[in-house]
Amino acid sequence: MQSSQTSFENIRKDFPILKRTVRENKDLVYLDNASTTQKPNQVIDAITDFYRNHNANIHRAVYALAEEATELYEQTRDKVADLINIKNRKEIIFVRGTTEAINLVAYAWGRDHLKESDIIVTTEYEHHSNIVPWQLLTKEKGAKLEYIGMDDDGELILDDLDKYLATGKVKLVTFSLVSNVLGTISDAEKIISKCKAAGVLTLIDGAQAVPHMRVDVEKLGCDFFAFSGHKMLGPTGIGILWVRTSVLETMNPFQGGGDMIREVHKYETTWNDLPYKFEAGTPSIADVVGFGAAIDYLLKIGMDNIRQHEIELTSYALEKLSSVKGLHIYGTRDISKRGGVISFNFADVHPHDVAQIVDGEGIAIRSGHHCAQVLMERLNVAATSRVSFYIYNTKEEIDKLINSLNKVARIFKL
Amino acid sequence: MSNADIYHEMIIDYSRNPINYGKIEDHDVTFHDSNPLCGDSIDIDMKFNDNKVSDIKFHGKGCAICMACSSVLTEIVKGKEIDEVRNISKNDILSELGLEHLQAVRIKCALLSLKVLKSALYSYLGKHLKDSQDVDTLKEEAANLY
Repeated sequence: MQSSQTSFENIRKDFPILKRTVRENKDLVYLDNASTTQKPNQVIDAITDFYRNHNANIHRAVYALAEEATELYEQTRDKVADLINIKNRKEIIFVRGTTEAINLVAYAWGRDHLKESDIIVTTEYEHHSNIVPWQLLTKEKGAKLEYIGMDDDGELILDDLDKYLATGKVKLVTFSLVSNVLGTISDAEKIISKCKAAGVLTLIDGAQAVPHMRVDVEKLGCDFFAFSGHKMLGPTGIGILWVRTSVLETMNPFQGGGDMIREVHKYETTWNDLPYKFEAGTPSIADVVGFGAAIDYLLKIGMDNIRQHEIELTSYALEKLSSVKGLHIYGTRDISKRGGVISFNFADVHPHDVAQIVDGEGIAIRSGHHCAQVLMERLNVAATSRVSFYIYNTKEEIDKLINSLNKVARIFKL
Repeated sequence: MSNADIYHEMIIDYSRNPINYGKIEDHDVTFHDSNPLCGDSIDIDMKFNDNKVSDIKFHGKGCAICMACSSVLTEIVKGKEIDEVRNISKNDILSELGLEHLQAVRIKCALLSLKVLKSALYSYLGKHLKDSQDVDTLKEEAANLY
């Protein structure tokens, strides 16, 4: 393995935004990577280069530009296949992001496969994007939505899953591989093997996992897998839905329109081949190309190195934050079960006030419910502060965070 | 206004020791609202007597800005004529705490309780007033506060 310290220091040079200052001439310390990540020159240049040199619509015209655009677009599909180990590239569907991916499944799979009194199982630590689409679907169908509970260490209580599976009514179990609030890494292997034994399909929300660690979808053995480009150096507006062919073949289209058709007549239409059947309309072509550049960038560093870097940062931050008097950290301390996300509350100071004061020092952290109100209810808090790391973060930045928290303590007389 | 300047003594004191915090069990009206983006959540209970707000209390969860503004608002409102209460503007609250230049994302924290107050008032007046147009104006004002 390369010496992570030196190589990760060089990484910062690739990110123009990290050179800027904010507020009163403070160096930007960006610690909201679970929300979205910054973009390196390589990604920005790929998007610019597409518009400057290759811009045309894809899959249609015969001229040179269209051919180039199509090739660049399709190359990203192959890169995604490499990144998360998918054998059949036709199972990879470009969508806007994880949210659209899950909504696509709820709509195009759920409406045909869910019946009254069937059950969909999700978890207490899901993002709203893995709760609300299922509420909409189960309400429409007269079906039920159930939750796998979470223990005080922020880990899922899999006995709950056994209980629901025993009813024989569960059609889908859907969960995030890494929680966006607690950073908990789900025991996907165990969940999926239980579901497989019961003949139940599984969906994994990989939005907080794929950017940060090696993910092997083939090995996981789930049936649906979703993640977003913008949380892994790519542009906004591009995400991935992967669906196992045997399931994909049972699904009707999500949206109707151009590119998803084979033949359209006045009253009948036949569908295009997979995956195009699920990609209606002109997609965000330049962003797909930019996403390809992001994958290249990450694979060059190596996903295992990225995970190792985040383990170092997260362990360091957990240690430093624990030494701040009155600061409460949520979730497990076992670093092997935690991604680079730390949620905390600081005495009785509201997270908004914490975030605003540290922002005065140029430090961007998140405060609020993090699109996980069901989890906030479970933790019995209105909100938390959250820091989340990525490849360009450093231990010095964590020291700055700790200093700014001391300022919070001074202002609020803690 | 720099970030830390917002957190002057008065804000910290009010957020630590909110005024008129709690519930009124035999209220004439109660109203709840929250800010969907940040999770601040406020309930206001009011009692009326002789066209005046004879008692007002608030409870809920919010940041220091939200709690301080709620305290100040209830202090201003208590004992006032309903007509006066209807005319309280957002600047009345913001200026009281020196928050006139608060950044846009935090304005919602500062004005949530005023929104709840106006909503509570139209909800009460809707039941007790004959002039429905008047109530609609108040409802619209509450909806467009920020």
